[in-house]
Amino acid sequence: MNRISKIFFSLAAFLLSLPAWAQQRFPKPEFETGYVQPATSQAPPRALFLEYLDVFMLAAVLIVATWFVVKKRSRRGVLWTSVFALLYFGFYRQGCICSIGAIQNVTLALFDPTYVLPFTALLFFVIPLVVTLFYGRTFCAAVCPLGAIQDLVAFRPIELPRWLQKILGVVPYLYLALAVLYAATSSEFLICRYDPFVGIFRFDAEFQMLLLGGLFLLVGIFVARPYCRFFCPYGVLLGWMSTFSKKHMSITPSNCIQCKLCANSCPFGAIEKPVEEQGNRRSNVQRLMTYLFFIPLWIGIGGLAGSMMHVPLAKFNSTVYLAEQLVENPELKQDQEHIDARAFMQSGKSMDQLVTEAKEIRSQFYWGGWLVGGFIGLVIGLTLLKLSSHRNRYDYEPDKTNCLSCGRCMDYCPVKK
Amino acid sequence: MNDKKEHKQAGRREFIQTGIRWTLGVSLAGVATAAALKVSADDFVWQLDPFKCVYCGRCADYCVMTPSAVKCVHAYDLCGYCDLCGGYLKPDANALSTAAENQLCPTSAIRRKFVEDPYFEYEIDEDLCFGCAKCVEGCTSFGNGSLHLQVRHDLCVNCNECSIARVCPSDAFERVPANNPYKIKGDFSVGTDESNPA
Repeated sequence: MNRISKIFFSLAAFLLSLPAWAQQRFPKPEFETGYVQPATSQAPPRALFLEYLDVFMLAAVLIVATWFVVKKRSRRGVLWTSVFALLYFGFYRQGCICSIGAIQNVTLALFDPTYVLPFTALLFFVIPLVVTLFYGRTFCAAVCPLGAIQDLVAFRPIELPRWLQKILGVVPYLYLALAVLYAATSSEFLICRYDPFVGIFRFDAEFQMLLLGGLFLLVGIFVARPYCRFFCPYGVLLGWMSTFSKKHMSITPSNCIQCKLCANSCPFGAIEKPVEEQGNRRSNVQRLMTYLFFIPLWIGIGGLAGSMMHVPLAKFNSTVYLAEQLVENPELKQDQEHIDARAFMQSGKSMDQLVTEAKEIRSQFYWGGWLVGGFIGLVIGLTLLKLSSHRNRYDYEPDKTNCLSCGRCMDYCPVKK
Repeated sequence: MNDKKEHKQAGRREFIQTGIRWTLGVSLAGVATAAALKVSADDFVWQLDPFKCVYCGRCADYCVMTPSAVKCVHAYDLCGYCDLCGGYLKPDANALSTAAENQLCPTSAIRRKFVEDPYFEYEIDEDLCFGCAKCVEGCTSFGNGSLHLQVRHDLCVNCNECSIARVCPSDAFERVPANNPYKIKGDFSVGTDESNPA
């Protein structure tokens, strides 16, 4: 049996390789003049050790930044570290690979059985999160090139109204959820596609991309670090880690004298003012319980909305989009100008196969939509819950979730050790 | 009394904080371990499979680099050294010559050199080539298909998701190990990599 199958396979392989020979319509001539055939050049890609050097640099810069923020308490040190990170990870490495985009590589590795994850990408994803779990978002302060370029242009920061900050603060969660959804369905890497600064790092991009980057920098003059605060999906994960971090940068080296200088110095509105509980405790607790009770409702509403959005969401998947186009306009199959339709017809796949594939992906988006929507519902519910809860605070303290550990407040604090 | 209550509250808060910190740490470790099952120490780069390529011309337009990092390469082993070259000359060329009006390549990146009667060598000037694949279509339709596209790794910046791969109509783009980064026709099947037959 084994031998027969071997013979069969080698015969099949032989027959299959026949067309490849037949492709040689004009056999290579035998030259008589001693002609030497030139070699086809194969320039190698970037050396592997350089990729690991990037990981080493990430770890090294993170350690330096953390030392400046937590131990040395030096804003100047943080600033120069961030300038270095901008030059290295930004302009030298051209913004790729970055920790923000590595979310998608890790997601794809979890969902796509055929995907192979480069170890460097995993390290870029994990290292900053681990450091943040111990010392707060020092990665944002001085290592991320996207943060560094925005930090340098924050000349005239204005304070956004609290309600606007809270509403815009939901956007990163949505962006993260969608990025994971699109990566998990192998549709596309949303974060990389709409990275606003990568074009600036490369001095080369499509016009829209440069426009987006320029716009972010322009807005960034007045609203400090708009991408970090209101878009960055990695910032969501870092925020979770930072909220419960073991240590965190402190504004004052000893006792707060409540001079309020730090609150004015923070361009990100990430310093919590002292508060005393207002109103009667019983009704406060009741309000808290009501909001807690409403969270499942928020999750349900969000999930339902997300699942209802699955058809338009799935349109961004190229297979689904092609299937939709060909079902709606069958005449496109004969259109030689329509490159995707032409390539599909050439591929020899049947229409049924394409439709089945597209339906499969669409159903993934249906369940993904439930999860994304439910997640956003949970985020909204928890945001409201947090707004309604009062914790007595006697001093000015950094809001550990949103504090980017840039160290400006440390500079402004008049208390010295 | 009040002091004691405050103290108790602070202790509880700390307990919750530590608990959540450990939960976060463990879940991060879990995600990392699950992802680590698919990990490879090697790096990966983008390359296109010339046998899947349908020469649509998008490589020229969609690369983040200007001009595109995808270039036409010539597998000389497959070339027939034809005088009437489908990759070099326009289909309606009025003479078999190097005159500009006869050339298919919009940037004149293919150089035609006389070898011996009746054979001609075709060499690509990659500085001029921008990966439009017009010659690839001509060569594959009328000749041996020795002209084909490849990602040039000295130019490619290895984006996390190749912006050409996203729009490639025939899914010809794939990630290949960085130690075997080319799929040059007639060559890569003989190479060291057994898992990548032509």
